[in-house]
Amino acid sequence: MSEFFNSIGDFFVKIKDDFVFNFIEGERWRYVTDGLKMTLIVTIGAVIIGIIIGVVIAAIRSTYDKNEEEYRRRGGVGAVIMRILNGICKIYLTVIRGTPVVVQLLIMYLIVLVSTEEVMVGIITFGINSGAYVAEIFRSGIMSIDPGQFEAGRSLGFNYVQTMRFIIIPQAFKNVLPTLCNEFIALLKETSVMGYIALQDLTKGIYIIMGRTYSYVLPLTILALSYLIMVMILTWLVGRLERRLRASER
Amino acid sequence: MNGNSLIRTEGLCKHYKNGKIKALDGVDVDIEKGEVVVIIGPSGSGKSTVLRSLNLLELPTSGHIYFEGVDITDKKTNINMHRQKMGMVFQHFNLFPNMNVLKNMTVAPVQLKKMKKEDAEKKARELLEVVGLGDRAESYPSQLSGGQKQRVAIVRALCMEPDVMLFDEPTSALDPEMVGEVLDVMKDLARQGMTMVVVTHEMGFAREVASRVIFMADGKIVEENTPKEIFENPQSDRLKGFLAKVL
Repeated sequence: MSEFFNSIGDFFVKIKDDFVFNFIEGERWRYVTDGLKMTLIVTIGAVIIGIIIGVVIAAIRSTYDKNEEEYRRRGGVGAVIMRILNGICKIYLTVIRGTPVVVQLLIMYLIVLVSTEEVMVGIITFGINSGAYVAEIFRSGIMSIDPGQFEAGRSLGFNYVQTMRFIIIPQAFKNVLPTLCNEFIALLKETSVMGYIALQDLTKGIYIIMGRTYSYVLPLTILALSYLIMVMILTWLVGRLERRLRASER
Repeated sequence: MNGNSLIRTEGLCKHYKNGKIKALDGVDVDIEKGEVVVIIGPSGSGKSTVLRSLNLLELPTSGHIYFEGVDITDKKTNINMHRQKMGMVFQHFNLFPNMNVLKNMTVAPVQLKKMKKEDAEKKARELLEVVGLGDRAESYPSQLSGGQKQRVAIVRALCMEPDVMLFDEPTSALDPEMVGEVLDVMKDLARQGMTMVVVTHEMGFAREVASRVIFMADGKIVEENTPKEIFENPQSDRLKGFLAKVL
């Protein structure tokens, strides 16, 4: 029996030694904290850009979808502009969703934004990438609302924008919240490839540690757990927001 | 043009697929102030399309609609201003599920007519009292029965103080035992002199309340007369056939 406890004791001692060796010696924990900071900065910046792009594109696309018949029938400058805008949005969505984010990152870093700071390149690229997905999430949310809701709003005298603002978007937002949360979880995890453009995020930091210590189990476990915990916190926050929004319904 | 005319349509057409399908094929109606016009007809006859065209929820392919003397089919007309004066009630109620009854009723007057929230709510509560829902002001649509929802939908439209009320099969989605309560509200409204255009399958309502009945088939008006004449002395074979089926 005592042998059993001894072996458990040994196990923990070994982990502790491992931890000290990997993270304490040479102040290597700094790679983790600095990396975490970088991961969060890029993710949060990208979320903000993604939402802005997403809202604009979803607005253009769903306006076009809802009024397609009218544009075709009435013509005029407005209709032509909407057609062009809708076309541009479609191209953007196709290209961004059709290419890997690592490739986009390299193109931006090495060709498009050569003289820009790496952090900004990261934020902009992940933002543009996420925007494509957010746009389609918002659009699907808007299109999923019963057309009767739209008609009821219009029949009361609301114009198109007012109907969207007062009637459709509050309902759509509630419906897309879980999907939106999914997208941000995916974005958070996707930022782990930013090491490709010499940004030291969490993943890259751990990578550097492993290069120094040649030990893998503990650093990789801690890396995985860090992402897991961040995702769990995010999920919990969104869950709370969702419950609060739902509470007003019954 | 008649001085009392509230809504008048001229040669209203609605075509689909480049004219292959004619949902409306030259419809002329003239609705005077205070009239209760009931539109009947078999399904696919275009009666709902006519009604939905009156406030341009359905855009006619050609023809004109005059509301209070203004051509609302003119591109320059701001339809939103005119829609404020045309209340509409839908088959599926279309209440806003994320708002309680009071908010459903006051959102439009507060946002569009810049009515004070308290004034709008006071008015909404009075209207709810009239239709027997005084105690449901704080309820959400999901907590109401079909009949209650439709009564809320009616008073929501009334909150904008419209000059005409359009009803698109208001009782078709209701359980039979709830049809009466909605029809009673509509009858009261008619008695108070509200101008109403009603698309319905409730022949009893048409007979009792309508000042005029329009019978449509294949996108055209086939017969138009007082309810007494329509039901007791139908002229066309189409109407005779239709009445034989529904009465």
